[in-house]
Amino acid sequence: MKNKLTELLATKPSQLLNIFFTAGYPQIEDTNRILSALATAGVDLVEIGIPFSDPLADGPTIQESSKKALENGMSIERLLSQLEKQDLDLPVLLMGYLNPILQYGMKNFCKRCQEVGVDGLIIPDLPLQIYLNEFSGVFEEHSLSNIFLVTPQTSEQRIREIDRHSTGFIYAVSSASTTGSKNQFATATDYLKKLKDMQLETPILTGFNIKTQSDFKTACEYVDGAIIGSEFIRQISHGEPLEDKVKGYVQSIR
Amino acid sequence: MSKYQVDSNGFYGEFGGAFIPELLYPNIEELRDNYLEIEKSAEFQQEFKALLKDYVGRPTPLFLARRLSEKYGAQIYLKREDLCHTGAHKVNNTIGQIILAEKLGKKRIIAETGAGQHGVATATVCALKGLDCIVYMGEKDIERQAPNVARMKMLGAEVRPATSGSKTLKDATNEAMRDWINNPEDTHYIIGSVVGPHPYPDMVARYQSVISEEIKNQLEGLPDYVIACVGGGSNAMGAFYHFLDDEEVQLIGVEAAGWGVETDKTAATLSLGTPGVLHASRSIMMQDADGQVIEPHSISAGLDYPGIGPAHAWLKVSQRATYMAVTDQSALEAATEVSRLEGIIPALETAHAFSVLKDLNLKPTDKVVINLSGRGDKDMDTYMKELNLR
Repeated sequence: MKNKLTELLATKPSQLLNIFFTAGYPQIEDTNRILSALATAGVDLVEIGIPFSDPLADGPTIQESSKKALENGMSIERLLSQLEKQDLDLPVLLMGYLNPILQYGMKNFCKRCQEVGVDGLIIPDLPLQIYLNEFSGVFEEHSLSNIFLVTPQTSEQRIREIDRHSTGFIYAVSSASTTGSKNQFATATDYLKKLKDMQLETPILTGFNIKTQSDFKTACEYVDGAIIGSEFIRQISHGEPLEDKVKGYVQSIR
Repeated sequence: MSKYQVDSNGFYGEFGGAFIPELLYPNIEELRDNYLEIEKSAEFQQEFKALLKDYVGRPTPLFLARRLSEKYGAQIYLKREDLCHTGAHKVNNTIGQIILAEKLGKKRIIAETGAGQHGVATATVCALKGLDCIVYMGEKDIERQAPNVARMKMLGAEVRPATSGSKTLKDATNEAMRDWINNPEDTHYIIGSVVGPHPYPDMVARYQSVISEEIKNQLEGLPDYVIACVGGGSNAMGAFYHFLDDEEVQLIGVEAAGWGVETDKTAATLSLGTPGVLHASRSIMMQDADGQVIEPHSISAGLDYPGIGPAHAWLKVSQRATYMAVTDQSALEAATEVSRLEGIIPALETAHAFSVLKDLNLKPTDKVVINLSGRGDKDMDTYMKELNLR
């Protein structure tokens, strides 16, 4: 599969910084401002959250940003048309729960994602088996990487199965928690070491509870990069200019 | 195997499945791999039956309601689940799941609750077994079901308010699932209805199926109708279960129309909903064009839910069961009627089921079984307010 994400990963990069934010938050038109600011600040890839009314796997920060984004009028159609207006030079992933995507229509969604320059999808409540049975064809047709999650509770056998079916990177959730919990990232190192020692085919990025430069550096000692979501959203929730907030936070991590 | 039962992949026709985040995969896998074997074991069956008999007070009576029968020109029987310990059918399921949790070595129990009946039933079995119990309940429901909140606390449970969304059952379910994600190893989640990822809909239906098993034993011949209210659908599934393959028995589920199915204050999922994925199963749900969940309304907290169990979605689509919707107002009228004609104050949820009697064109020879799923004590605040009883 060839897209901006697989091209980036093919260069065997290290210390990848992936920033997550919710589309249409804090204001509806902030999606593109944040994207541009992240590109300027030098992140390696971005993950944009499609807000959902019932985000099961998310903690309070992303719940709140999703709620606000929905109140702002964000929807899949709106997000895709925002992305259409921007040159996406960075690899861009969309993260969204299954139901809004099903209502939009998975086929049409994948087609539109490719048209606007999206490289991959993270759908946390789309199980591996359903993906393989129903959707892997349409993902491939539109050159979309599917990013699966693994957790400290995922068995080695299942990690290997996920490795075989991954077409981008594996998203290693750092602890048994929803996003943005108070768990300390530093306790995840045994688990990350285990993943590293498994010598998987697919690159690994880790996420959940990564807040500081020290967390980021620790993560990069074991895996290929890290994803920061809730903490980034907290940082940009208040105050202007947004661009300075984005730049300031990314610099504090790098 | 019956075409109305779950298949080996956890689906009822096109509905069901386990649309879970990977974070919940080990928990669900553990349940899926063990629930049938544990349920079939002699040890489980012995304890389950003994507790249902001596602790819950089963079998519950099947009562011929003479004055209601007279009024509606049929033979109307009431399955008295309101006489179960804790006041509703919910305890059948929590007894089953607490034994299962114990066999799986779990130390901590979580649950969601709407009207509080499932929360009370869970707190009860946790006290019985000496396990920690945390119940998630929407902030709005905590307000309108105060007596049940106090009962849970008295039983030693911690009641945690769900403050997101509509602050009702849907949000309490979200919070319970998040808790489970955060505590994947020592915790069992006792879901209170036939909703959620496979194997929950099947597991809960099996534990509740004692209702229809008893009806079959208690009634001479088959009923013409079995009627039950439906929120998530556990009491209805329990009452339908052993009649699913008796196609001559008409199965009727009654949803909450709230202010009316034509208004935006309603919880009539099967009347208004479309297929989608909510709380980790594919079913019918109330949603907008963007796939966002619509916040429901019903006067009864137990029916105030924008989804429905996948088995009910399948029974509707395959036309095995009929689903009707009843307004808040009609439910209140039915509650008054049952109280005055039979000396039984039903739960607000249950009152919805009685409200369809007038619409059924009953014949004197018709045998009608209504699942009287719960008693009305918990609803006295609402009844006092709505019926001017102060």
